[in-house]
Amino acid sequence: MAEHDKPPVDEISGVETTGHEWDGITELDNPLPRWWLWCFYASIVWAIGYMIFMPALPAPPGFDGHTRGLRNHSERANVAVALADLEARRGPMFAQLQQTVDEGGVVAVLNDGDLLNFTLAAGRSAFGDNCATCHGVGGGGFTGYPNLRDDDWIWGGSFDDIRHTIVAGIRWEEHPETRFSEMPAFGRDQLLSREEINAVTDYVMTLSSLTVSENADLALGAEIYQRECASCHMDDGRGDQSIGAPNLTNNIWLYGGSREQIRHAIHRGPYGVMPAWEQRLPEPVITALAAYVYLLGGGETLQQREAGLAPQMAAETASAG
Amino acid sequence: MNLIHNRPGASGGDAADGVARLDVDAVNAVGQRELYQKRQQIYPKLVHGRFRLAKWVFLVLALGVYYLLPFVRWDRGPEGPSQAVLVDFPNARFYFFFIELWPQEVYYITGLLILAALALFLVTALFGRVWCGYACPQTVWTDLFIAVERLFEGDRNKRILLDRAPMSFNKAWRKTGKHVVWLAIAAATGGAWILYFHDAFDLLRDFFTGQAALTAYIFFALLTFTTYSLAGTLREQVCTYMCPWPRIQGALTDRESLAVTYRTDRGEPRGRHKKGESWDGRGDCIDCKACVAACPMGIDIRQGPQLECIGCALCIDACDDIMDKVGRPRGLIAYDTDDNIARRKAGEPARWRFVRPRVVLYAVLIAGVCAIMLAGLVSREELGLHADRDRNPNFVVLTDGSVRNAYTLNVQNKARVTRHLSLAVSADPQPGVQLLGARDELVLEIGPDRTRTFQVFLTLPREAALRHSIPVMFTITDPQTGETAFTQDVFVTGAAP
Repeated sequence: MAEHDKPPVDEISGVETTGHEWDGITELDNPLPRWWLWCFYASIVWAIGYMIFMPALPAPPGFDGHTRGLRNHSERANVAVALADLEARRGPMFAQLQQTVDEGGVVAVLNDGDLLNFTLAAGRSAFGDNCATCHGVGGGGFTGYPNLRDDDWIWGGSFDDIRHTIVAGIRWEEHPETRFSEMPAFGRDQLLSREEINAVTDYVMTLSSLTVSENADLALGAEIYQRECASCHMDDGRGDQSIGAPNLTNNIWLYGGSREQIRHAIHRGPYGVMPAWEQRLPEPVITALAAYVYLLGGGETLQQREAGLAPQMAAETASAG
Repeated sequence: MNLIHNRPGASGGDAADGVARLDVDAVNAVGQRELYQKRQQIYPKLVHGRFRLAKWVFLVLALGVYYLLPFVRWDRGPEGPSQAVLVDFPNARFYFFFIELWPQEVYYITGLLILAALALFLVTALFGRVWCGYACPQTVWTDLFIAVERLFEGDRNKRILLDRAPMSFNKAWRKTGKHVVWLAIAAATGGAWILYFHDAFDLLRDFFTGQAALTAYIFFALLTFTTYSLAGTLREQVCTYMCPWPRIQGALTDRESLAVTYRTDRGEPRGRHKKGESWDGRGDCIDCKACVAACPMGIDIRQGPQLECIGCALCIDACDDIMDKVGRPRGLIAYDTDDNIARRKAGEPARWRFVRPRVVLYAVLIAGVCAIMLAGLVSREELGLHADRDRNPNFVVLTDGSVRNAYTLNVQNKARVTRHLSLAVSADPQPGVQLLGARDELVLEIGPDRTRTFQVFLTLPREAALRHSIPVMFTITDPQTGETAFTQDVFVTGAAP
């Protein structure tokens, strides 16, 4: 070997260096232990075994997919098994919920902390998957999509009412028991003139103590209201949940509480639709959903429920009232 | 070189009168270059002395604690586990005598790890690699395995001869016996490990009746295998090639850190010594290589500080023994500093400075972390409260115009009794409080050692909800013990900010 071919040797340790130098620092070329090499070979053997046992290789041209491996491992199958396992675990709790509701009503759920937390968790999950698109993640609703947390219910806010609404939907013609009512489009269908609509709009606003213009023709509005609206919304404007006629006397307006929004609703006649979920969701899930929505805070009789109403609240309400 | 190292006995003649010169070379001596280095078998020679004794004592203590600790009991009442040290994964709890930690308190474990690292830094800065030499599991178990090896195959010379000899009944039973005992120790090691994760007595019964969880058997097998292979077969290869610590230690020591050191100022020039010869003009090292033969890493300490040296100090014992025989003072190899070697060579007295900036820094850091952890442990509450306000929707307007906010209260009861906590809400103006599921008053019932969530609604009349956001304080109180926990949140009214 020629002199210049010899690798440089570190003077202190007497060990060859790699010949690389960075600012005077050189790297010793110490040999790896031989067993390290064997580990490398062993990992190659392992890789071959892995390819035999596990799905690893794309199928040759003309075939679909990939090799399955001797273990026939599939993450998709694992997920299916995990889901079935989940169903089996949840089954008893869903059954307990159904039984509790059937026997003692939804308030009975409140007496069992574990069942209550399960109901809220299961309901929240199903709500997020199926309902949140329209009603919002927390059930707060949007204009035209009811807020499920307040205490105003168009079709009733008892547990059974909520449950029926979920089962059969609103104006969902495919379901025989769907909730159905229709408000005429007074303006679009030219049932009322522009002046008449303005007058009745002002009158409706006075029902919930909203401020109206001094020029409002409330006498005309009242007359039109009694003629066209009172049959559904009742003489005093409190509505009728049995026919889905909203209460016009409170602070809650599904389609907005400004004069323009109320006028527009009278003009076009709102026609909100909610699908029926009976065929889409299993019965226990619908029960959990109904209980969840009921317990979001707006469930009727929940507010008045003796047990749920704390003394502090009662006192406050009294002093505020 | 392999052959030289493995030659048994004293074929090298005498190093001094009555002292054989062992024919042994360091495994890391620069030799024939190979692309991949063949491993050289090391046959460490048994030594007697202070450090060997200290290592035996520590070995018995450390292994005793490791094997027996799972069986130590601790009374936590009927609800809690009775094992003093237990990592309970299914219930997400860690128990250490009087301490019980929940998963969200993992920062105590972090603190412990930081403390361990700092303690290692401090000890290394002061005394070099005493962790490696005395306390590292790799060292302790390897020491034990070498002791078993000597029991069956004899000391260095006998082992070398036995390995050279053709297979015979004698060789077969000695080798078999060694591996059987090794496997038994390894199995006990793996067996003790799993006892830290389940009640020891229950698990032992289930383990031998085949009813324990699969993970128990898997970890048992895994730790049996690693103990057997790392302590029995791989030994010094682990320290030299697998462990990062030898590479890190260089940054933690300085010229005044103690280390197992060959005192070149006293030892050189080395050479054979004949009886009656003067010791003047020569070093005390008679080049007998007893230090090399004793080294479990197979190195020559006389080459100076080396990556491979684990600081086990067995060469000190070996050399002291020789010095006694040749009538020279002990301590040719000793715990010493690089600085002292240089000072003695320059004719200055040795000095020992343990208070150095890095030592002080590590000590202060350790004290700081200890103080923080202690303060945390002492002030640890057995009651926890956290409030999550619903943000979607931010607030709800009710038919009468009042405004309502919803909150999820997360309550942690770390005590081992069921509690009935009274909830109080304070804000200005004071809202109405409704607790979902409450019977007659604002009482939160929560079982022992549990976390539970509660739904709370706060309502303000329209005329009171004037400010955009109102601070709210939730307080829970245990009437039995007087313990309280509180958390702050806000009430959002929807009024313009």
